Formats: sequence, structure tokens, C-alpha cells
Amino acid sequence: METFVPPVPSRINYINAQYGLKSWLLTKDHKRIALLYLGSISFFFFIGGLYAMAIRLELLTPQADLLQSATYNKVFTQHGIIMVFFFLIPSIPATLGNFLVPMMIGAKDLAFPRINLLSWYIYLLGGIVTIYALLAGGVDTGWTFYTPFSTTFSNSYVVATGLGIFINGFSSILTGLNFIVTIHTMRAPGMTWFRLPLFIWAHYATSLIMILGTPVIAITILLLAFERVAHIGIFDPAVGGDPVLFQHLFWFYSHPAVYIMVLPGMGIISELIANFSRKNIFGYSFVAFSSLAIAVFGFLVWGHHLFVASQSVYAGMIFSFLSFAVAIPSAIKVFNWTATLYKGSISYDTPMLYALGFIGLFTIGGMTGLFLAALAVDVHVSDTYFVVAHFHYIMVGGTLLAYLGGLHYWWPKITGRMYPEVWGKFSALVVFIGFNLTFLPQFLLGYMGMPRRYHVYPAEFQVLHVLSTAGASILGVGLLMPLVYLMWSMRYGRTAPGNPWNLPGLEWRTQSPPPTENFDYTPVVTWEAYEFAPPEETEVVGKFQDKVPEKV
Amino acid sequence: MQSSWVPFVPPSASTLSGKVDALYFYLSGVTIFFTLLISGVLIFFVIKYRRRNPYEIPRPVAGSIKLETLWSVIPFIIAMTMFAWGAQIFFEQSRPPSNAVEVYVVGKQWMWKIQHTTGQREINELHVPVGRRIKLVMGTEDVIHDFFIPAFRIKADVVPGRYTTLWFEATKAGRYHLFCAEYCGMNHSGMIGSVVVMEPKDFDEWLSGSSSQQSPAIAGQQIYETLGCASCHGPTGEGGRGPALAGVFGRQVFLNNGQNIKADEAYIRESVVNPQAKLVAGFGPIMPTFQGQVSEEQLMQILAFIKSLQNQTPEPVRAASPMPAPSGMPSVAPSVAPPPAATPGTHR
Repeated sequence: METFVPPVPSRINYINAQYGLKSWLLTKDHKRIALLYLGSISFFFFIGGLYAMAIRLELLTPQADLLQSATYNKVFTQHGIIMVFFFLIPSIPATLGNFLVPMMIGAKDLAFPRINLLSWYIYLLGGIVTIYALLAGGVDTGWTFYTPFSTTFSNSYVVATGLGIFINGFSSILTGLNFIVTIHTMRAPGMTWFRLPLFIWAHYATSLIMILGTPVIAITILLLAFERVAHIGIFDPAVGGDPVLFQHLFWFYSHPAVYIMVLPGMGIISELIANFSRKNIFGYSFVAFSSLAIAVFGFLVWGHHLFVASQSVYAGMIFSFLSFAVAIPSAIKVFNWTATLYKGSISYDTPMLYALGFIGLFTIGGMTGLFLAALAVDVHVSDTYFVVAHFHYIMVGGTLLAYLGGLHYWWPKITGRMYPEVWGKFSALVVFIGFNLTFLPQFLLGYMGMPRRYHVYPAEFQVLHVLSTAGASILGVGLLMPLVYLMWSMRYGRTAPGNPWNLPGLEWRTQSPPPTENFDYTPVVTWEAYEFAPPEETEVVGKFQDKVPEKV
Repeated sequence: MQSSWVPFVPPSASTLSGKVDALYFYLSGVTIFFTLLISGVLIFFVIKYRRRNPYEIPRPVAGSIKLETLWSVIPFIIAMTMFAWGAQIFFEQSRPPSNAVEVYVVGKQWMWKIQHTTGQREINELHVPVGRRIKLVMGTEDVIHDFFIPAFRIKADVVPGRYTTLWFEATKAGRYHLFCAEYCGMNHSGMIGSVVVMEPKDFDEWLSGSSSQQSPAIAGQQIYETLGCASCHGPTGEGGRGPALAGVFGRQVFLNNGQNIKADEAYIRESVVNPQAKLVAGFGPIMPTFQGQVSEEQLMQILAFIKSLQNQTPEPVRAASPMPAPSGMPSVAPSVAPPPAATPGTHR
């Protein structure tokens, strides 16, 4: 086969180019900033994970034994806030995206390297303020901050936590801005829009949401703080406000934010599926445009969080219809990924196992979203464990699995070392089993009527809760393994060549780890995305297929 | 707690629950089918097209507009069946029938206070008979709560500053869970109770057995008098300096800004707590606000009183009008009719 031989590795790369703490804290190199982000989001993921374990342990029994009400309420609130705002939203874009967007399009760096560094400092500041709020006494409003509980009734650190999220939002906006400008202006010669890897399309769509959506949550948090401090009457009906207005504003951002979390994951899955089956992705343009469709439609469905919140019946129907519509682009992706495998050369490396797991779990997560879009069923299951299970299938089964798959896939590029393959496969399997055991029972709990945010519950729900906690323990072990062996591999792992998977993508056509400028010379792109074999060899196998190959 | 014949499905005890379950089973069926289909194809491909030698390069495969269309249109059609089915049931459950018996519900941290039109009060328990349509009119003293009865497959948020409603017709006697489903602060998970569905005969016994209490309409009348409403709206709502209240509920009201709106629960509530918001045509902004002076429960009682004035003409005040007549006491339920003593006007 044709091999994509990277240039002879020089000994200087972005990691050993400079030494010392200062060289890291003042770096403008997108790859180093990605590592700064990697360290910080891992820290927050660990904290959020500890909260999750506390929740699952408490739920082992129907009584409050481990945590009392006040503490439990803080624990699930902080689990949500840390995981959503400080792990899931920055997870893929700020680490893998930061590292790979310039490399995949053949650029030396992002368009605004200083702004990139600034975004990490803003993230850090937001994180520190939030950690302060948690240590000072915590917050007990739920990550959704619903008014008037959050504005008038809660005696916890609402404003401080809100400030942390408010600050953090700017890092998200700056990252999105940087990606959009970079993708528009810094593509290497020959890297046309339709030669872009789908990872880039996904990040482009994500960046649009970051830029358009994040200001709304910033405004909402400000209003919340004004209301709490000065009682200006935006959300309090006693002074002419409307508590449900908060929910509209909150979900206008927070529903699209779900796509901020999952779109980059879909981008990774497109990379993994194509590259580990050595095939061009089936329906490239459909997969690419479905990302944009999701980003646009995602802004029109926030009202499906308010079906039981006294929203008008007709508004409910419109939001229900639009929510079903937004499912279609996701379905298109799943079908195209599956079709890509057809007649491929499929390897079972760890990243591919994660990708296959993602497709299965994302299918379940997406299909159960239809239950929640269907009005009459949503009325019964909203605010129950069904919702909890559904969004964990998207957030953990989707985003987290994609993130782990991507981390393993690009680990040799990032660190110059291979991860231990056997451990990788084993942990992927453990994560998959643990995850399903944790969250499948929660669908059943939800339909049976178990409300979320309850730590004292009727005894008939206990069996399923015990199963779920057992699954969470397995999941916890499965997630600790990569933490350990990836760190181990940084020092002891096998040295990785520039192109360990033998792939055509631009990021593999340079040494591992890459030099500070990414490429020794400006690459000129003359090939299509995922071009393993020349397009002339394209096969038309079925009568369904287009006569003319898609990309010639 | 009874269990239903299907595992992991809560007891089914309302006219609605079977319909929701049917849709749920349809959705579950489609989900299981597609999950198995996709994972089946996935596993088949992964095994059949596994890499057999490290150097093999498969030939690229052409895309297919036809397939893309097919797998966009078919899921869309399936999704639309789900949408239409769900919307149809939702529409039905959002429109309380006009002949439903009203029950007033007030949520507060962390309990449910319930009052029947006949006066019985309950806390964290709701007794209802089988086979009668019940409409809950719900408000809250503090934060948002949510009244959730899994066995009936219904829930609705209870929102400060508004009234929300739920309706159901229970089909099976038994004791069912009542949960607060919207996180409401420290003891959220303690804000639970029971819905006790009884055979009509037992329900009547329960009604007569519980100590007779003032009906909300009569309590409302007392508040009406204490607060001095009568000085402008007339002792029995015949009007004066303020607009007439008798018979106003459910009618169109002409406002001084030229609009006309229906005098529903929300409008009447607003007119008490924020009277300047929508002034009736021909009346000046002279009414003070009662925000903070009346509790949610009292508001509901005033509402019940105003509703009770429905069938009276303004003039014959003390006529023995059939009392609180919550708008549409079903004729099948004579036993719920209040005792004769409970006639407004006789109670001063």
C-alpha cells in the first residue's frame, strides 16, 4: 500500500522546544495551550466524578444515610455545574480541537494565539471563582438555577457560582471565535472546504453555537444576579416579573449547549470511523451539512424543556415538531457512519472500539430523546430519571466516549508515545459495560415515576438504583484506568512514529510530537479527505449509488 | 402499591394512562428496533470487513443521493407519527372538560395543601372517587413545584403568580404516589404524598366522615368582606364603584384599553394582586393592590367565591341560591353537593 511517510523526525518538538514553567504559562502555541486545557479539564472531571460517586452511593438505599438533604442538593448541583460548564463544554474543543484544528488544516497556529491563551486564563479564573463558591459553602439550586428558588429562596452561593460560569463563558466565546477565523482564513493551499476533515466541520458548527449562544447565558446569569441582589423584578411575579422567562432564557442557551458538547464528539467519530476502516466517509457532504443543520435547528427547540412549565399548548406543539425535526440530521450521521464501514478494512484498535460504542450509545440516547419530544410521554417522564438517563447517554455515552476515543487516537501525536493497547481495549470494554449498567436501569426508573433530585425515595425503586450504583462503580474503574495508563505512557510508553496508524490526514504528515510550527514547510493539499485510494478506483456497488463518484 | 402486568411500568389508574402507555410502547418498540438494526449491521460489518492484512486498502465506495434521501425521509415519517400521536394525547390532557369537579391545590415548601369545593382540607393527600372528572386548580406560595401522579401519567408545574391546571379521571381504586417533580429546595424529596382513589360509595363516606369544614367559597366570601371588597364591588358582587363580579367568571370583559379578554382564573387573580394591570372599561384605577395581603389559599378562596356568584343575578342576594356550585358540578354526583347549611349569605 501507499504509505504516508512523514518527514524525518527532528529532535526538536513543541514539548522540548522550551523548558520551564514560564514557557508553558506564557505560551502562544495552540498545542501547549491544548495541554494546559487538558490538565485543567481533567482536574474538573475528577471533581465532578467524585460528586457523581457520592450521589450514586447515597442512592443505594431509599433513606438518607450518607448525605442529608442539604448536602445532597449541593452535591448534585455541583456535579452538574462542574461537569457541564467546566468539563463537557470545553472538553473536546479546547483540548483536541485546540490541538488539531490548525494541524488538520495545515496551519501553524490558530488565528489569534494570544486570545487562545487568554481563553485558558479566563477558563481558569472562572474555575477558581466557582471552586471558591463550592468551598465557601456551595450552591444548591440545581445546575439549572430555576427562579424564584435561586433568586429569592436559596441560601447558598448562587451569585458567586453564577459569576464563575459567567466568566467561563467568555473563554468559550473566544475559542469559538478563534476557530471560525482560523478555519476561514488559514487553510493550507489546496485545502478546500470540501476537503476538510469532518472534525473541522463539526468544530465550525460548534463554534457558531458558542458565539451565538453563550452571550445569552451570560445575560441570563447577570439578570439572575441583579434579581437576587437588588430584586429588580425580572423573574419575580410579585414585582411584575415572570419566573418562566428565566427558563426560556436559560434553555435558549443550554439546549444548543448540548450540541456544543456533542457536535465535536460527532466530528471525532467521523474521523475514527473513516480512518480505522480506511474508507472515505460515506456521504461526506451530508455528514458535514448535518452538523450545520444541527447547529441551526438546535436554537429552535429550547421550549421542549418547558412542556410542563405552563407553556401554551400550541407553543408546546411547535417545539415538539421542531424537536423531532432536529433528530433527522443526527440520524443521517448514524446511517452514514454505518455505511462507511461497508467494504472497509476495519481494525479493532482502542479508538475504533470507542467509536463503535459511541454509535450504539448515541443511537439509544438519540432515540430516547424522541420520547421526550413526544408531548404526552414527556409530560409523564419529564423531571424523572428517564431524563437523567437520556442526557447521560448523550453526554457520557456520546461526548465522553468520543473524547476518550479521540484522546487515544491522537495520543501518539500529542505526546509522541503510544498508549498500552491491551489496557486501552480492556478499559473501553469496562467503560461500555459500566456505562450501560449505570444508565439503562434509570430509563426504567424514570418511567416508573422516580423523580430526579430525590435522595429519599419509595422502596420499590431500590433494586434498580442498586444496579445503577453497581454500574457506576464499574464505570468509575473503567475511567480511572486511562487516567493511570495514559500518564504512565507519557514516560514509559513505546515511542510513537509520526504516523503510527498510517493515515492520510495532514496531522499525520508531520513528526510526533509536532514541531512548534506544526509543519516544516507549508503543506499543499492535493487529496480529498480520507483519500486512502485514488478516487478513480471508486466502486459503484449497488444500483442505489450515484453514477458519478462523489468527489472527482 | 399495585404493579401492572408489564414490568417496570407504574400502575395504570386513569383514563389517560393507557393512552400514554400505548405511545410509550410504540416508541420503545421503534427504539429497540432501530438500536438492534444499527448495532446488528454494525457488528456484521465489523466482523465481515475486519482488516485481514495490515496493508490492504479497500476501494472507495461511491455516495448515494437515493440512500441519503431514503434514510432521511423514512425516519422523518416515523418521527411525524410520534409527533402527531403525542400531540393528540397532549391536547386532550391539556383541555379540562367543562364538567370537571374542581379541587384547589396550593404548593409550599414542602407540602401540598389541598381543598375540596365541599370544604374538606387535606395535606399531602388527595382523595378522589373513581369515574369522576377532577380538575386541579393549582398555585404556589413560594417557589415552583410540580404536581406529579405517575399512576395517572400526568404532571404540571405549579408556578408563582399563575394558576396551572391538571385534570384526570381515575379508573382504579388504590393508593398512588404523589411527588413534587420540580426541585424546590431542601426537602424536595420529602414533598411527597398519596392520591387515594376510592369507589364513589367509599368516597362519599369519606366526605361525610371528615369533619365539616367551610367550603372555599364561603371562606372566600368572608375574606371578601374582611378586606372591604364589598364597599366597591357590592356585598354580593353586584358592582358599584368597582365592576360587578357576579357572573363575570368565564365571560368576556371589556377593558379600558379597547381589548377584551376572558375572565379566567388568571385574570381574576391578577385583578386582585395587580388591579391596575387590566382595568375594566368605564372604571378608574382606584383599587389598591392586595399583593402580600392575601395568601395563595385565600386567593383561591376568593376565586371560588367569585365563581360561586355565577348563577346568581346581582339583585336577589339572599335568595337561597344553590351554593358554591363550582362551575359544573357533574350531575352524576349529587352526593358531593354541599350540605344545605353551606349557602353563601347565611354565614355571616
